[in-house]
Amino acid sequence: MTAGVAIRQRSYLQGPGRLLLAPAILLLLAASIAPLLVTIKFSLSDYRLLFPDSSGFVGLSNYARLVASPDFVPALVNTLMLIAVVLAASIAGGLGLALLLDGPVIGRGGLRLLVISPFFVMPPVSALLWKNLLMQPVSGFFAWLAALFGLPAYDWFSHAPLLSIALIVAWQWLPFAALILLTSLQSFDRELREAAQLDGASAAAILRHLLLPHLARPIAIVVMIETIFLIGVFAEILVTTGGGTASTDLAFLVYSQAMLQYDIGAASAAGLVAVVFANILAIFLIRAVGRSLEA
Amino acid sequence: MRTRRRHRAIATMFAWAASLTIAFPLLWTLLTSFKTELEAVSFPPRFLSFDWTLANYRGILAEGDYLHSLVNSVIVAGGSSALVLALAIPAAWSMAFAPTHRTRGILLWMLSTKMLPPVGVFIPIFLFYRDWGLLDSRTGLVLLLAAANLPIAVWMLFSNFREVPGEILEASRMDGASLWQELVSVLAPLALPGIASTFFLVFTLAWNESFWTLNLVTTEATPLTAFIAAFSSPQGLFWARLSAASILSIVPVLLIGWLCQRQLVRGLTFGAVK
Amino acid sequence: MRAGWALLAVIALSGCAPDEGARTTLTIATVNNGDMVRLKGLAAGFEAGHPRIKLKWVVLEENILRQKVTTDVAIRGSQYDVVMIGAYEVPIWAKRNWLKSLDDLGPDYRADDLIAPVRAAVSYRGVQYAAPFNAEGTMIMYRTDLFRRAGLTMPARPSWEDLARAAEALNDPDSGVYGICLRGKAGWGENMASILTVAHSYGARLVDDKWRPQFDSPEWRKAIDMYVGLLRQWGPPGAAANGFNENLALFSQGRCAIWFDSTVAAPFLSDPETSKVADRVGFAPAPDQGLGRSANWLWTWAFAIPASSKKVPAAKEFISWAAGPGYAAVAARRAGWLAVPPGTRLSLYQSPAYRRAAPFADVTLQSINAANPGKPSRLHVPYIGVQYAAIPEWQGIGTEIGQQFSAAIAGRVSTGDALAEAQAATRRQLTDAGYYQ
Repeated sequence: MTAGVAIRQRSYLQGPGRLLLAPAILLLLAASIAPLLVTIKFSLSDYRLLFPDSSGFVGLSNYARLVASPDFVPALVNTLMLIAVVLAASIAGGLGLALLLDGPVIGRGGLRLLVISPFFVMPPVSALLWKNLLMQPVSGFFAWLAALFGLPAYDWFSHAPLLSIALIVAWQWLPFAALILLTSLQSFDRELREAAQLDGASAAAILRHLLLPHLARPIAIVVMIETIFLIGVFAEILVTTGGGTASTDLAFLVYSQAMLQYDIGAASAAGLVAVVFANILAIFLIRAVGRSLEA
Repeated sequence: MRTRRRHRAIATMFAWAASLTIAFPLLWTLLTSFKTELEAVSFPPRFLSFDWTLANYRGILAEGDYLHSLVNSVIVAGGSSALVLALAIPAAWSMAFAPTHRTRGILLWMLSTKMLPPVGVFIPIFLFYRDWGLLDSRTGLVLLLAAANLPIAVWMLFSNFREVPGEILEASRMDGASLWQELVSVLAPLALPGIASTFFLVFTLAWNESFWTLNLVTTEATPLTAFIAAFSSPQGLFWARLSAASILSIVPVLLIGWLCQRQLVRGLTFGAVK
Repeated sequence: MRAGWALLAVIALSGCAPDEGARTTLTIATVNNGDMVRLKGLAAGFEAGHPRIKLKWVVLEENILRQKVTTDVAIRGSQYDVVMIGAYEVPIWAKRNWLKSLDDLGPDYRADDLIAPVRAAVSYRGVQYAAPFNAEGTMIMYRTDLFRRAGLTMPARPSWEDLARAAEALNDPDSGVYGICLRGKAGWGENMASILTVAHSYGARLVDDKWRPQFDSPEWRKAIDMYVGLLRQWGPPGAAANGFNENLALFSQGRCAIWFDSTVAAPFLSDPETSKVADRVGFAPAPDQGLGRSANWLWTWAFAIPASSKKVPAAKEFISWAAGPGYAAVAARRAGWLAVPPGTRLSLYQSPAYRRAAPFADVTLQSINAANPGKPSRLHVPYIGVQYAAIPEWQGIGTEIGQQFSAAIAGRVSTGDALAEAQAATRRQLTDAGYYQ
């Protein structure tokens, strides 16, 4: 292709390029900027729903109260832990499942449906069912399983509240990772892979040198998208432990301020802190996994 | 030949074992939905030897307005997903095939609009919706969920479109195809698996969304999330009925998943033919 | 031709106009407990008798209902005509003029039939602001068979020490029976409801007259040591995450020898459909330490009309039926005596048929009458409520300190540390709210 064609090509693309991007940007602007501005205003005001007379500018005192709260630092740590555990579990599990389903298996359609199914359960419902039907240490299914092997039942929510919640959340997100990775695997050039197999490359070598590089971008997508959703996890905590330094995350902190204390000022401040936190996290994530986006 | 068959048998066994393990909690929920409340929490657990009953389903169908909620869920999830695709496909095309130095920034900004926890902006949104008369309306939910899922869709489609060789689009352009033709007749078929899984994903996310769909509606626009919330955690034993209610809300989306999967597979074979 | 169309239009309009114009649609928000769901099912009778009123129901679980209704009423979303609120909300909302007074529900409502503490709980400065639909107190539920086998008897007025002794004797984890079940799951309406009630019965109080937190008092120490100790020694595994429903599931499976909780549990435990121990459950009054207050709380779910409602007459008509003797009669006739919402009316407890059907009737009535939300502790307190403090800050405070006590039950912190944290948290939240200026 000559330089002239490339330039013509670019100028052709520039106009429609902007035009086609505009509607999406406009909707997002409308849906995010106005509420954001109002939230910033609330975060600087004394606004408590149960005190209709409360109002007025209070500077940064909502932020000061948040940072001084003993729940704040544990909440940051718990948020990070939750994200890390869920990401690791769902990506490792999702990758394994995707590889299995991509193999020469019988009944792939049914398998795929089974794997996707956890994704269809509403988050609070899945937490309720896990807590009471599976993890309950006296009457749950896991306790029965443990007894089968002569082991004592594990008291999930007393001994490892955050890990238990992370397990439930990871179960919900595993299908997402599996689906994305499977779609990507299936778009992978089969001929290339078969050629490698014929050349005598081991399965591990194929995975490491051919598949993983190919999967880098979908994994980055999974990391980014899951992180965005994991920052907002609160319903699972509410219905299982009810929070506490061992399991409260940022979103639960915001929830308890907005919907239990009806302190909209404090909730807005905490919500904005969550945004800043998420952005910092995103920068690190992009450094770590986002290289594939550049290509 | 024999080793290949054995390989296939082993792979199948492992795949089914793993998939059944993953789906087990849901299968257990299905089983529980046919138990009485007392049997649902009995220990040791009953697997198949219990008095199968449809009482849970009968009860919740009699008490809740399942059809009304189902229709609303389909409209809200379907409408918002359609809107999302209508906006995201052109946007992702533009980012993948006509990138500028701002593309990456815009992508990240889009994602960052999702970082504010919904409950943190609840009051502002509630106030806007109250003043614009959008409370308890399907339109309001469609718009909000579309905005919520749009960044996800743009990301997924963007990454997907970049797998499509640009030369094919360029060739069609050289042949004098209009932008519309390029999008609909060239790009869409090539990227069908990606589009199908994106649709499926945003549809499911919208279907499951359980903050806005609970807090911005009262009676007219209530989707299945509200239907379920009517059976969640009342005083008393409720796990069998909750299981039944969640099965009822899962079945439709499972069917759609099944249909989408057909589409997915067809898209894949199309891609292989290229 | 044109005249014909016009005529048709007039006919069509006149056909629907009176129907549309005079019909009032009431949007009713209610919690999804059994009594309320049954009311929804039987409300067709009301609509048949009141052709001008159409009912639309919003039935949700407690947490979601509370957050929706509170935000709606606080920022005038005006989405509901009738809302079901709890004893905790009534005085707080009434003080802010968010509710219509319900002093005039008419003679059919028979306000004088209401049990006195329940009526007091829905009144603010002598005016009734909500109509109680059902009400509950606390009681001890225990396994008569296990007590008999161990040669124990439940005292007529048990103390916590009596319960501890029995729990120790009956705790038998090897056969899957635990000595005592109590609430552990964090939440102002979960473990804190039990814990604050118990603390009050130990003579403790949440704050003193100047709103200074009292968690450093010996009374609190004793109450918490006892409560946490009971669960850690003779409670079921997982107690720190158990709320009302989890304990109900355990007891109905025969896993608890003793359970102290709401009287609401009694009908579930007495019904063979929902309990394996229906014929082996006994009921006793809430524990009493002889310190002036027994561990009796009072809760009621009650109908109220938001001040912004524009359909007040229709809403009152509905409420006086649903919360009045009218509905009780319908429920008894259509679904049996146990379907009548309990705890609100003396006449129910005087009915011989109900007393025959409900073995727990006497203890329930005693329990509700023994509750004293106005004076929950023998010491003077500046708040109303036994298992809560009717101040807006309580939901936040109760959630936070409930998490501390839940951690103590799980064994992650000591009771001393939990109390110190509770003291600091309460002081901080009340300072933020401006209680000490």
